[in-house]
Amino acid sequence: MLRLDQATYDAIVAHAKRDHPDEACGIVAGPEGSDAATRHVPMINAAGSPTFYEFDSSELLALYKEMWAKDEEPVVIYHSHTATEAYPSRTDIGLANEPGAHYVLVSTREHGNSDGPVEFRSYRIIDGDVTEEPVEVVEQLTESA
Amino acid sequence: MAIEVRIPTILRTYTNGEKAVDADGATLADLIANLDGSHPGLGDRLLENGELRRFINVYVNDEDVRFEGGLAKELADGDVVVILPAVAGG
Repeated sequence: MLRLDQATYDAIVAHAKRDHPDEACGIVAGPEGSDAATRHVPMINAAGSPTFYEFDSSELLALYKEMWAKDEEPVVIYHSHTATEAYPSRTDIGLANEPGAHYVLVSTREHGNSDGPVEFRSYRIIDGDVTEEPVEVVEQLTESA
Repeated sequence: MAIEVRIPTILRTYTNGEKAVDADGATLADLIANLDGSHPGLGDRLLENGELRRFINVYVNDEDVRFEGGLAKELADGDVVVILPAVAGG
């Protein structure tokens, strides 16, 4: 299961709506081994595309160096689909290289940049196998959660 | 000569879980061959048809080698190499 605090959930949704019709992408980092998604980092989609996303290579290195310095890891890796459902594409599955991460897909196909609900789903992607998991949004992540 | 190579999580099965290993090489191509010698199979995860894989990023001293000569990039003692899979999808 993926547990997110409301503010992080809202920030991811807002990012996806803002970048629509291009795909939005980013991560939520957290302390290594904690599975706690505590630090939202929106990334630029270097592909600038409605059908593809890729973190800029220099920003990717800067992001990982920052995480290493803070003993963090990517707890959530998210991106949006802007015309299709919130399910990992074949490309998403082939390029999923963080076996410990929750892969979040947000679909903005229904309301685009406007207010209104989005599809927000989370998956584990390990060795090409996709397993959906529940998403729980809580007011705040607690220490024991 | 020792060059530190930072290994991403997904490839640590080749390094017994080590986050970083030492390797040698006058160029990046030599370094990868040397890495593959001590960690068999690792080279194939980095190369395809003799080129760096499209969705594997390699940095030498924080510079993406794609803009620095690629596999021909010359290395020196004390350089730091970081391997990071692209975060990308469709």
